[in-house]
Amino acid sequence: MDLFEHQGKDLFAKHGIALAEREVATTPREAADAAERLGGHVAVKVQVQAGGRGKGGGVALVHSPEEAAAEARRMLDEGFKGTRVTRVLVERLVDIAAQYFAAISLDRSAGKYLAMVSNEGGVDIEEVARTNADAIRRLHVDAVLGLRTYQARRLVGHLPPRAREGSADLLRKMYSVLAEADATLVEVNPFVQLTDGTVMALDAKVTVDDNALFRQPDVAALKDSFPIDPVERRARDAGLQYVKLDGEVGIIGNGAGLVMSTLDVVQQAGANAANFLDVGGGARADLIATSLEVILSDPNVKSVLINIFGGITRCDLVAKGVLEAFTRVTPEVPIVVRLDGTNAEEGRRILAEAGNPHIVSAATMLEAARKAADLAHGKAA
Amino acid sequence: MAILIDERTKVVVAGLTGSEGTFHSLRNRSYGTQVVAGVTPGKGGQDVEGIPVFDTVDDAVAETGANTSLVFVPARFAAEAIYEAADAEVDLIVCITEGIPVRDMAQVTSYLRGTSVALVGPNCPGVISPGRCNVGIIPGEICAPGRVGLVSRSGTLTYQIVHELTQRGIGQSTCVGMGGDPVHGIGFIDSLQRFEADPDTDLVVMIGEIGGDDEERAAAFIDDWMTKPVVAYIAGFTAPPGKRMGHAGAIITGSSGTAQAKAEALEAAGVNVGRTPTEVAELVQATLV
Repeated sequence: MDLFEHQGKDLFAKHGIALAEREVATTPREAADAAERLGGHVAVKVQVQAGGRGKGGGVALVHSPEEAAAEARRMLDEGFKGTRVTRVLVERLVDIAAQYFAAISLDRSAGKYLAMVSNEGGVDIEEVARTNADAIRRLHVDAVLGLRTYQARRLVGHLPPRAREGSADLLRKMYSVLAEADATLVEVNPFVQLTDGTVMALDAKVTVDDNALFRQPDVAALKDSFPIDPVERRARDAGLQYVKLDGEVGIIGNGAGLVMSTLDVVQQAGANAANFLDVGGGARADLIATSLEVILSDPNVKSVLINIFGGITRCDLVAKGVLEAFTRVTPEVPIVVRLDGTNAEEGRRILAEAGNPHIVSAATMLEAARKAADLAHGKAA
Repeated sequence: MAILIDERTKVVVAGLTGSEGTFHSLRNRSYGTQVVAGVTPGKGGQDVEGIPVFDTVDDAVAETGANTSLVFVPARFAAEAIYEAADAEVDLIVCITEGIPVRDMAQVTSYLRGTSVALVGPNCPGVISPGRCNVGIIPGEICAPGRVGLVSRSGTLTYQIVHELTQRGIGQSTCVGMGGDPVHGIGFIDSLQRFEADPDTDLVVMIGEIGGDDEERAAAFIDDWMTKPVVAYIAGFTAPPGKRMGHAGAIITGSSGTAQAKAEALEAAGVNVGRTPTEVAELVQATLV
């Protein structure tokens, strides 16, 4: 789960990281009031779950409450890179002497965390990595040992001497945010040294591991603050992995790999997938029924392909779920079903006996994809 | 031979008394696997269809000689179950559980580096050496004994490809479901190494997907070390960048990790990459002739 900057900064504050004074605003009026309280000279920053705000017009430096209101209005009206914007952060401007970059993230292939510090900050860090690799120091952090003091010292050893102690302290605090919030990424671009010497985080990008939300109730409670498509919300609340795509063949499958493969095979058959939907392991009948409801609510869907290879999932329960769905929704498009694996024969028998004209059975994955593609394009399968 | 598991494997199941644990452990036993013990704290002394239950893995190992742990416990307790099995000095831990926090796994894999225990998973379907031993949830009936080794990041996609192989009369030496989590135990390289050394394996099928760089690293290993032919499949050619596709593993970020980049890296290492599961089976068939 990607947090908004202001939510990340709330976590930072709990760990004693120095931050500029700030307020969240959801209307131009609130932005103006916040700017007034913060002394008029503020940054207005769009709150989105994405990077690239600086270059994309998502940050405005203003010098009056009126300007703050105008910028907030623009951001809230226009959105940011196609995403709806529901709030902005209004933050007091500070006197910056130098800008740097720091991040700690999961390095999956090493099975460790990777900590990085750049002596160039406030810019596109991937660009820095390409053009001036020496600007970035990086080292691995073992998840058992944590970030050691000597490691923090090494990471900041290429910063100016007066910035080192504060920067090392910031890094240790960033690591404690990462460890205690089950984050897989804590990034600050830029962190700055002020003219008075204070080292401060002007940004906060925090990604929390979805698998750990059960033990992070405070973070889990934030999930309703993110704008989400109503269909995606319905799927998520049912425990389904659903991603809306642009094609015409609705896809239901079990297991991320098999579903992705189904998407690919449908494209090779000449059609495009309308979605990714993984019902997961051990899918029950009601979950299959909900999946069909979710998919059929997309008006672009011209045919549906259900591709199940039963392991934990039992195909007889999948078949019952398809029939149960028909008692809840009236499908207007053909539904191609391919069942293999655990209890597949029984599942196929249940569907055959139902004799529903919307159900088209297929013996193999390839045949199912071809049938679904043909049916979506109005051809007889 | 086969790799990781065979007739000598003796399984202790963490979470045997749970519904999934019971269902699949009994299926493993009826496949012919020696399922010798279960562990559920507080239920020591009971049994599940004749399989004795112990309070600790240590007791189970001492009483039954178990050498492999199969973990079915819920995500929040799974890391504990892995540490316990490692301390009881089993040779292999197969963790089926999905949804384990990645921080727990980063700590587990750090700890295991100091031991000789091998871990498969988590969030995986397990390991099967067809005709000999099945540890996990791979449906035994879709496999057949033979000389093709298989290693995969995906569960059900593994079944699909194994099924296509078996239907063409191509059996398998061992199928390893390494799992889709970002931090995991045995991966492609470790499996390829074991298959290369296994006299009962003639060819290896590796099944990857978008995200991470496991496939690219495997390609470099194949180029340097493998003498046996490798056929590969990558899922996710049509997945849009930046979208999370279910698995923790299945997300493309930035410019790397795409199916295209992985397929190209593998092809450059001399690996045949099939574009559909069916084509993978056809390539295996053509290579073995």
